[in-house]
Amino acid sequence: MSILFAILFYAATAILVFGLAYRIRKYIKTPAPLKIPTTPAPTTTSGVAFRMFKEITIFESLFKSNKWIWLFGWLFHFGLFLVLLRHLRYFTDPVWWWVALIQPFGKYASIAMLVGLGGLLLRRIVVDRVRYISAPSDYLMLLLIIGIGATGVLMTFVTHTDIVTLKSYLLGLMVFDIRTMPTDIVLVIHLSLVILLMAIFPISKLLHAPGVFFSPTRNQVDNPREKRHISAWAIKLESSK
Amino acid sequence: MAVAKFDVPELKEYPIIPKLQKDAMAHSAPYVAKEEFQTKLGYPGELIDNWKEVAIEKMGELTNKYRSLSVYLDSCVKCGACTDKCHYYLGTTDPKNMPVARQDLFRKVYRRYYTLAGKIVPKLVGAEDLTEEVLDDWYTYFHQCSQCRRCSVYCPYGIDTAEISMAAREIMDTVGKGQKYCNEIIGKAQVLGNNLGLPEPALIDTLEGLEEDIEDETGVQVKMPLDVKGADVLLITPSADFFAEPHIDGLIGYAKVFHEAGISWTMSSYASEAANFGMFIGSYENMQKLALRIRQAALDLGVKRIVFGECGHAWRVAYSFLNTLAGPFDFLDQNYPVPQHICEVTHGLIQDGTIKLDKSGNDHMTLTYHDSCNVARASRMGDTPGGQFTIPRDIIRASCNNFYDMPEHSIKEGTYCCGGGGGLLTDDLIELRVKGAMPRMQALKQVTEQNGVTHMAAICAICKSQFSKIFPYYDFQMDQIVSVHQLVSNAIVLTGQTDGESDEENSDNDDSKDAEQAA
Ligand code: HEM
Ligand code: HEM
Ligand code: SF4
Ligand code: SF4
Ligand code: SF4
Repeated sequence: MSILFAILFYAATAILVFGLAYRIRKYIKTPAPLKIPTTPAPTTTSGVAFRMFKEITIFESLFKSNKWIWLFGWLFHFGLFLVLLRHLRYFTDPVWWWVALIQPFGKYASIAMLVGLGGLLLRRIVVDRVRYISAPSDYLMLLLIIGIGATGVLMTFVTHTDIVTLKSYLLGLMVFDIRTMPTDIVLVIHLSLVILLMAIFPISKLLHAPGVFFSPTRNQVDNPREKRHISAWAIKLESSK
Repeated sequence: MAVAKFDVPELKEYPIIPKLQKDAMAHSAPYVAKEEFQTKLGYPGELIDNWKEVAIEKMGELTNKYRSLSVYLDSCVKCGACTDKCHYYLGTTDPKNMPVARQDLFRKVYRRYYTLAGKIVPKLVGAEDLTEEVLDDWYTYFHQCSQCRRCSVYCPYGIDTAEISMAAREIMDTVGKGQKYCNEIIGKAQVLGNNLGLPEPALIDTLEGLEEDIEDETGVQVKMPLDVKGADVLLITPSADFFAEPHIDGLIGYAKVFHEAGISWTMSSYASEAANFGMFIGSYENMQKLALRIRQAALDLGVKRIVFGECGHAWRVAYSFLNTLAGPFDFLDQNYPVPQHICEVTHGLIQDGTIKLDKSGNDHMTLTYHDSCNVARASRMGDTPGGQFTIPRDIIRASCNNFYDMPEHSIKEGTYCCGGGGGLLTDDLIELRVKGAMPRMQALKQVTEQNGVTHMAAICAICKSQFSKIFPYYDFQMDQIVSVHQLVSNAIVLTGQTDGESDEENSDNDDSKDAEQAA
């Protein structure tokens, strides 16, 4: 079991890292030949940084758009964020002070996360417009994360696992030393689902996480008159004339 | 006017989100371009035999050329935030007019051929083969998008369905399934310099006629110069300004402004069109060809500045793309932005007191303002973000006494498209145009009833034509749409003007007469 999961962890991490690197490289290499920010847009780079910051932290556009999706989506992502930070304690020794500090909040963030996910799933089933645009994978993605969250919450609040052994196992993995992993069923499910999530990350809609940083309608500076914007292929087109 | 064979949507008191009705607009597709117009633009004359392979290959090529396309195809999480944001969905209730569903027509094919999951488990991730039915769906629904970008405002990642519509149209052109309306017009503009195919003598005639009209009306000799070498300003305006109502009153307005400010200006017969339909079909090359005519005209005439007339899409291409497509414009006077919008010019002249306005010239109207979406969401005016909202409103407020905005959700960055933009302003799509205008009509009706608004001003040639055509379906009069510079024209005090009082009535009569002719 310890060895099997070690292999899976290494494989999933490799897929995640190289897969994401490959996609991000594609986004970087693909030019944006025209200025297409959705206006009104900032006219300076720092303004754009602020716009992006608001999109990522408070989902500004989504807030304008739909308060329910915003509420559930934000609960989910903010919860997820705290939960992931809280998980850092398994991978650091000694645990960083600020990770220790957020431990109690992270615990309840998991509830917020599940509430958010539940709301999103409910919308997907109930609202006819959202149902229409959903493929099976869209439901499964929510169920997958709900599965991870639910097993995690179970471990936190009901059937505790052997955290000391698990931490030793994970720290071992990081230095390529395979130690023993606790094998209680809830943890095994939790980890299996996490591995699945990592593996599909770079080939699914989870690409929205890196994608948002590359969206030209959001990350371009509104200065086409002041500064000539031209892509490599457009220059080639020009010189071939 | 054609008899309506469809139900005009009912205008509710408040906006509601309609229930889906599958295939409600499946029958609406524009005429396909004929061979001669396709080949003129370098596309095959009719659907080629190996269209499937070519289309798939082109799709791959475009995702490598446009970061927007590449990122947007991957990033949508199907959150549903955009589903109720498109005027075509609101007006037609066809689910494929929800922005994300429109994108999915494209995305499902992309997933099938370009993503791992789509290759292995297509059903699971909603991937689909490219078939003839899918191509038909593309043709139908990518011609039900006016590329207005309203959806991109509300998407958490700024996914712009317009980018996907443009890519889809470019692919369809590449395999020989182009749209008649757009491609015919591009062909005309590339040869004759304007979308209407007006030859130079016709232009000269029209402009001379207008000069006489203005003189009759005001007693002042206001010039409408064409091809004048050495003028300071080259005015590029949509060709509809030369003949259609209420566009022409806007053109008169620009002329009066230039006259009163003592700015020497000219138009060009070589580049007598501001609107660039190359954008609608997503073709960088065709868009560039048209843009280069403007550069050439500026060089030939030796002007110092380029100013654009009232046109939404034109201003997007001018403001956002002209420098890219046809720049650098280092041969022009760098003290002025290149290009400049006529509203920026007029606004500046009002601010510094160069031109004087008598608001009572518009007392017979109570106005509201339609933010044209390509100005609102795809460009700017002035130095600060949002200038595209304040500058036209400032001009209107300076020109009239009675102005009310429509409800907040329907203006500024949230403005609803008129329903006729993006290459859809053609009679074969009249049902779509009427239905797509519903959200705007609803907002207009609200201010009509609450504030007694009688007229709506706009700064887009397509918007103006569209509204004068579809107003009657919603029990408005076709002359209730006016140009912003028409208001300026009514209010501007010309030095040496003879009869201030009576010309108001004249212009009123003219309005209704010309409007009928244009219909
Ligand atoms: C830069 C980081 C991220 C940003 C800005 C971001 C933003 C968003 C936004 C705005 C939405 C749409 C609203 C909603 O449904 O919640 C969304 C949806 C979603 N996000 Fe993220 N996200 C990020 C990272 C992640 C990560 C790391 C995951 C992985 C677990 C994730 C999983 C999801 C899922 C599954 C949905 C779809 C929810 C549904 O089905 O309705 N996101 N994200
Ligand atoms: C290598 C990866 C992971 C390991 C080893 C791991 C392990 C654990 C363990 C041992 C617990 C129980 C904590 C306790 O008893 O106090 C837990 C809880 C939890 N896990 Fe994970 N987990 C991993 C990844 C994830 C991911 C990616 C997510 C989210 C998508 C997640 C979501 C949760 C949640 C919501 C809880 C409950 C709240 C909490 O205690 O923080 N886990 N996880
Ligand atoms: S708002 Fe954006 S992410 Fe959400 S469904 Fe629409 S296009 Fe997709
Ligand atoms: S760009 Fe405009 S017309 Fe096209 S899908 Fe988006 S909202 Fe609808
Ligand atoms: S015609 Fe006017 S309102 Fe319609 S898409 Fe164009 S600019 Fe927008």
